[in-house]
Amino acid sequence: MDKKTLIMPFGIPGHNLTQIEREVPADEPPAWPVNAELKEVGKSVKRVDARAKVTGQAKYTSDIQLPGMLYGKMLRSPYPHARIRNIDTRQVERHPGVLAVHILGKDISMAGSKDESADNYPEVKYIGQPIVGVAALNDNTAIEALKLVKIDYEVLPFVVDLEKARMEGAPLVFEAPVEKEASDGGEEIEKGLSLSGNVRGPSRGQPRGDTQKGFAESDIVIERTYVTQVHMHNPLETHGVVVDWKPDGMLIYASTQSTKGVRDEFAQLFGFRKSQVRVITEYMGGGFGAKYGAGNFGVMAGHLSRKSGRPVRLMLDRKEEQLTAGFRPNSVHQLKIGAKKDGKLSAIQQRSYGTAGVGLGAGVGSIAQNMYECPNFATEQYDIFTHFSPGAAWRAPGAVQGAFGLESLIDEIAESLNIDPLKYRDIIDKSEVRKVERQKGAELFGWSKRKKAGSDPGPVKKGMGLAQSSWPRFTHLDSTAEVRLFRDGAVEVRSGVQDLGTGTKTILAQVVAEELGLKTEDITVRIGDTLFPDGPPSGGSVTAGSITPAARNAAYQAKLKLFRQIASKLDTTPDKLMTADGKIYVTGEPSKNISFADALKQMRTEQLTAEASRSDDYGGMSRDDLGSVQFAEVTVDTETGFVKVDRIVAAHSCGRPLNIAQIESQINGGIIHGISYALYESRVIDDQTGQMINVNFDQYKIPYAFEIPDIRTIILEEYPAKSSTDAYGIGEPANIATAVAVTNAIYNAIGVRIFELPVTPAKILDALKRA
Amino acid sequence: MELKVNGKNQSLDVPAHTPLLQALRESLQLTGTKYGCGEGACGACMVLVDGTPTPSCITPVSNVRNREVITIEGISVNGKLHAVQKAFLAEEALQCGYCTPGMIISAVALLNKNPEPTESQIKEAMQRNVCRCCVYPYIVKAIQTASKMK
Repeated sequence: MDKKTLIMPFGIPGHNLTQIEREVPADEPPAWPVNAELKEVGKSVKRVDARAKVTGQAKYTSDIQLPGMLYGKMLRSPYPHARIRNIDTRQVERHPGVLAVHILGKDISMAGSKDESADNYPEVKYIGQPIVGVAALNDNTAIEALKLVKIDYEVLPFVVDLEKARMEGAPLVFEAPVEKEASDGGEEIEKGLSLSGNVRGPSRGQPRGDTQKGFAESDIVIERTYVTQVHMHNPLETHGVVVDWKPDGMLIYASTQSTKGVRDEFAQLFGFRKSQVRVITEYMGGGFGAKYGAGNFGVMAGHLSRKSGRPVRLMLDRKEEQLTAGFRPNSVHQLKIGAKKDGKLSAIQQRSYGTAGVGLGAGVGSIAQNMYECPNFATEQYDIFTHFSPGAAWRAPGAVQGAFGLESLIDEIAESLNIDPLKYRDIIDKSEVRKVERQKGAELFGWSKRKKAGSDPGPVKKGMGLAQSSWPRFTHLDSTAEVRLFRDGAVEVRSGVQDLGTGTKTILAQVVAEELGLKTEDITVRIGDTLFPDGPPSGGSVTAGSITPAARNAAYQAKLKLFRQIASKLDTTPDKLMTADGKIYVTGEPSKNISFADALKQMRTEQLTAEASRSDDYGGMSRDDLGSVQFAEVTVDTETGFVKVDRIVAAHSCGRPLNIAQIESQINGGIIHGISYALYESRVIDDQTGQMINVNFDQYKIPYAFEIPDIRTIILEEYPAKSSTDAYGIGEPANIATAVAVTNAIYNAIGVRIFELPVTPAKILDALKRA
Repeated sequence: MELKVNGKNQSLDVPAHTPLLQALRESLQLTGTKYGCGEGACGACMVLVDGTPTPSCITPVSNVRNREVITIEGISVNGKLHAVQKAFLAEEALQCGYCTPGMIISAVALLNKNPEPTESQIKEAMQRNVCRCCVYPYIVKAIQTASKMK
């Protein structure tokens, strides 16, 4: 492939900004300067789809009504573990208003009717596992009809408690080792791990050095166990689909984080080519990691549509959502760290176990492996199976649990060495980004006013804490966008990528507008449809870093095509043309110009289109990360145990910031999720029945407006010179450090450490009593 | 069943116990009002009934006979946005937007009753509305902005 050399901004403005040469594919656009010199990118441009949202016009999956559409509902197991002897659906099939009945087979990957033989029922492994579905003329009929299904269960012993599931003789969830292509919990899956009882693993990551030797050489060694709870996603729009099966293909409206992922799975399950399946996600009501794939509800809807020959809508209700649609696994995280007198880390050893129910991926991630310099590192991470529905990736999977342990223990080591926790991180952290974030954050926060732990007099005590995060610069290279110019003046950007509410539509418009010298509002964004070129899935904070370079590249290619058609009309050659302020100019002769709209009118054809993809990282792959530092101040009432988070200062980097207001909103969201994880949210299961007790919005404590502290953000501009936009996501980084910054602040307030989330008033009072 | 929704009289052939939410969405195609939790705890389904913010998912249609129901579709008149809607746009008070109609309904009701609420009064009035993207800081700011626009 032809190459060329670009001179790109590199580093952090105001700190170490310089320039770097990058060899890039010849068809990539020229390097953009820093944001201060751009017109649309890097500004708080208003969301392009907000008007549809404030007027109620935005159509979500749950709002789709197709002609002849039926309503799907599923009958779910009331038992956590059972064998099905018989299912009798004869009465349901005769029920007026029911147009299709389907029993989910043992292997839902088998489409057609093969999976419906009576001796092939699936084993029930969790409460809420779907078994039978119906499609009816309306919701009420479907609900009534399901009451007529007769299922003969052989109820079996079960285990839902993490510790009990580890014990010898515990009821087994799986008889043979489990392998899956992708993790449910969102972490990378190591293949071929052994299964002993309900314990799978260990996964050993990438060990380095010799931890034994490292601990032997340490001047101080501290070992602790950290426990985290199960955290539910609860996107406000529940999981669901509208499926229209036809003999020659399927149309699916899905509330999903990956249109192409849903397409590929339906194509495989129902025996279609990918090109015969169309998935649309125009608006979607939040996912946070939980919304991937067809889902058993989607497979069910597909079969019901195939059998009835009509479109079927199947949306989960809130109870189904909480019982079956994913959660952040809990964790027990044993962490041992050794350090020298000067603070340098000499060894980190971790061992963890957690449960994603019948799913995989309940580890504590790689943050302890990656964030700090330490020559000796070892980890053992185990998945414990229980009779509960599978977990799902939840904003920075693994890293949030891992950071709670790591950043608590680093704080404790700093204190033992009598070093301020902020200064201590200067010693052990080589990230230049976090160094700047610590300086700026500490100043804005007023870190210097922090007092000795527990020294605040009186029963109501204030405390300050901080914590850091690391998240890899993940990107998805199979990301493509198309830019289409129309003779009537319209400019469109198209891609299969979906907007979860993060603002993907807006940043695409900004990037295309910048490249074409137009305004963001001049660009029409059509995304969330697999008829357009494939976009990335939206997980791991890959979206901005994957699809915006593709969109800029496509805009650049479209512009060059337009230049070739226009140049002669300006008595020049295409290479002399440039765009700015809605016009096309001859470089160096600004009086020779034509408005962009007039240029479009002169196109040879009605439409001109260009498609481009995300190139490999400029300069090759590197191991650097997205870093953040967050500071928290809390008030703890030592008489009631009540904790209030007063304020948070969050310093973050995400490469070239594309839209400041949108990034700040993401950071706010990540912080509030983190506070809620630290203090409120926790799934409660009754060990005797296997039932989730707080399966509602009343007793499962989610934050409302009152729980929100004062939040200040610092968004660091940082240019790694890796793509044509140099942008990265912020969704996961925003969520990692908050909970542990809060618990470190609680320690500073009361002088006692708490090792288990959520930090409820009872745990505070208990800790104070034991101190 | 005779209803008055967004100023228009409507006649619906549904059982008396049908949730208002279902009647609005499925019978009248007013899909701006959303299902969130089905138990009146999240505010996604909020509508105004005689000016009072009311969770439509737990309100039977028979309860709103001869009463004035306003949904998000009735908040802007002839395409002219309400001050609260303008303020939500100005302050970027949304992400996914699924909670937005319910948030706006609650905010409109608050400002009708109390045109200049304090920050604490705003938070208290919004304590029945969940935003799972957690845009709360911008939502509170938007309601303050709307209160100044009126």
